[in-house]
Amino acid sequence: MGSGSGELMTTPSLPCFDEMREPDGTVRPAYAGYRAWLDAQAPGLLKRKGLEAEAFFRRTGITFNVYGATDGEERLIPFDPVPRIITAGQWRKLSRGIEQRVRALNAFLHDLYHRQEIVRAGRLPERLLQGNLAWLPQMAGFTPPGGVYTHIVGIDLVRTGEDEFLVLEDNARTPSGVSYMLENRETMMAMFPELFTRVRVREVSDYPRRLARSLAACAPPAFTGDKPVVAVLTPGIYNSAYFEHAFLADQMGAELVEGSDLKVTGGRVAMRTTRGWQPVDVIYRRVDDDYLDPLTFNPDSALGVAGIMDVYRAGGITIANAPGTGIADDKAIYSFMPEIVEFYTGEPPILPNVPTWRCSEPDALAYVLDNLAELVVKEVHGSGGYGMLIGPTSSRKEIAAFAAKLRARPDNYIAQPTLSLSTVPIFTRAGLAPRHVDLRPFVLVSPNGIDITPGGLTRVALKKGSLVVNSSQGGGTKDSWVLDD
Amino acid sequence: MLGRSANGIFWMFRYLERAENTARLIEAGFRMALTRDSGAASEEWRSVLITLGLHRAYAARHGEDVTGPHVFNFVLRDRDNPASVMAMIETARTNARMVRTGITREVWEAVNESWMNLREVFARPVTETRLRDVLDAVRRQAIQVRGAMEGTMLRNDIYHFAGIGTFLERADNTARILDVKYYVLLPSLSAVGSSLDNVQWENVLRSVAGERAYRWLNAGQMDPRGIASFLILDERFPRSLAFCYTRLATNLAFLARAYGFDTPAHAIQRAGHAELAGLTIETIFEQGLHEFISDFLARNNQIAQQIQRDYRFVE
Repeated sequence: MGSGSGELMTTPSLPCFDEMREPDGTVRPAYAGYRAWLDAQAPGLLKRKGLEAEAFFRRTGITFNVYGATDGEERLIPFDPVPRIITAGQWRKLSRGIEQRVRALNAFLHDLYHRQEIVRAGRLPERLLQGNLAWLPQMAGFTPPGGVYTHIVGIDLVRTGEDEFLVLEDNARTPSGVSYMLENRETMMAMFPELFTRVRVREVSDYPRRLARSLAACAPPAFTGDKPVVAVLTPGIYNSAYFEHAFLADQMGAELVEGSDLKVTGGRVAMRTTRGWQPVDVIYRRVDDDYLDPLTFNPDSALGVAGIMDVYRAGGITIANAPGTGIADDKAIYSFMPEIVEFYTGEPPILPNVPTWRCSEPDALAYVLDNLAELVVKEVHGSGGYGMLIGPTSSRKEIAAFAAKLRARPDNYIAQPTLSLSTVPIFTRAGLAPRHVDLRPFVLVSPNGIDITPGGLTRVALKKGSLVVNSSQGGGTKDSWVLDD
Repeated sequence: MLGRSANGIFWMFRYLERAENTARLIEAGFRMALTRDSGAASEEWRSVLITLGLHRAYAARHGEDVTGPHVFNFVLRDRDNPASVMAMIETARTNARMVRTGITREVWEAVNESWMNLREVFARPVTETRLRDVLDAVRRQAIQVRGAMEGTMLRNDIYHFAGIGTFLERADNTARILDVKYYVLLPSLSAVGSSLDNVQWENVLRSVAGERAYRWLNAGQMDPRGIASFLILDERFPRSLAFCYTRLATNLAFLARAYGFDTPAHAIQRAGHAELAGLTIETIFEQGLHEFISDFLARNNQIAQQIQRDYRFVE
């Protein structure tokens, strides 16, 4: 789960919303069924089951690779056996908001690569696009098959109160983590089967089937057969998300291909099979834009396919997600999402953004410089938590150094308040203890509509009082439940 | 299926087969060495290294000093030996990850578990006391993977490429054992019927897990022709050359049927199989056991190369 910042900050002194308990200790309705079940279990159950789960993950190979590490290079993402629970009512509202946002994202991307009405209307400053490397000139004037840009989207949400869910960031490029969502549920059902008979939880396991259907619905004009050939393009077994690539290909019944398996022939992209070269109709690529086509982008790339962009533009293949969708992940663009949603849907956004100061604006810059010690400052093009300042945990010296960088290039930064993020209990040696979480629901887009899997991936900061939910920095995951009505 | 996946599954099963056969060879060598004086034991271990093609690599590591613990640690787990059993299991697992979408969860878990177990088993040096347990572990892992394969895999091209890898490798391994030990089986060079001969012959059988089957079929009568015939021509014995080629023919025939075309590899394999079927042990000995085995190994390798080309294993 490399993509996504996960740079969630909070200070322990801030009062925060606990999703399981009210301040007086009463269990909230969402967790009533779970808590009743848990109280009836023998002590030590969670501990024993936690160890079982780890052995299970090792055996099944649900691991992620760490770059540069030798020998024990395959690590497990810690799994916490306490579920994160969302009620049916909360989910209804959330999914309306997510659907609205994803619809707007696709309309926005189409507009950015065509007439740029939003810029003409004066609702988005043109300077955000000028010189922005995430905006690909190769996509200008081209409409992907079915008009879909973001076939798979991950919307990162944080929560600050009973009904306060905010969007922390949009992942329109190549959101990862869905395999953990699926395996976490499998693991929970294997460990606590009777729990699922007590509490009705909405199903997630048909995600791969829905993904396959959604991708097949976006076949390119050149497709003539009766079932489109779908392939998952992976950088290979040393990629940190390889497990997920293989998992999804396997579950979809699709081929898992590498760049070296593909070539352009006869106006199509074909894969080298034991029977000869076979055309591919839809490619679910898990390599970045930059590595997709050495003829068009990075000439040193060995991960992509030479000439695939020409085939794409000629209607010979569908690439999911479309190249150039990364522009929507830009943090300066993010700060305009409320306007973007309103511009394309004609409605106010259902899900708010985290308040964001654009340092390119003089007033905002002045405020940010005055309040650096309380803010989180991020690079607009950055991801994965690089090049950022977390005010409350930084020394005065670090803050001063960052202020200098900020003054030198204000338009390269945005700032956000440190949020008092919600907590959900995890299982620790001392019993249940609250930890901060976020949520990444996964959304599929096809010409047939928008399909949101109930729940998503909950990432949890395992260290007390912290912080960062990134798997590479001590974050773990939880099974995420949406209760059935 | 992808050519790269065919390559991955082919080598995955070659390595698993080779790891298992190597364990048997070590077991036979160890047993033999136990009953001999140190000079003869050393000779026995040297022949194990030659059979595995590791004598030069071993000499580079340990010089001329050929002792049991050095040899079996080198062959089983030495990090400087890229052809060690541990390295083979590791490569097999890497290949399994690569072709993860083509194998069942059961097969993947069996391979992954093998790797996890053996990594633990081989974490510290193997002593003579521990050797038997260690070899048992290697063999059990191989059996587990094969069991998962037989019990859960779809009988499609993936399954048959796995079979092709297995039986080409097994034929190669049996032929190599014969190649190194053929002089033991040559009547002209042995004082027939001496107890040493009996031990040597039995050891050849033991290297391919055939001692009990042979005794059962031949009522305990040990004779070199019978043994050579058993290992080369007896289709009932799962490690004989004839058995491997019959299975190979089945695997290749499936591909020809499923894909709707024959390949040059089919022709070479058919010719080799036909020749094997037409031979008697008498003609083999007349023509020369050593020559026969050399020719067989060369052709076996040729089939492997041709399959990799015909089915586009690599670009």
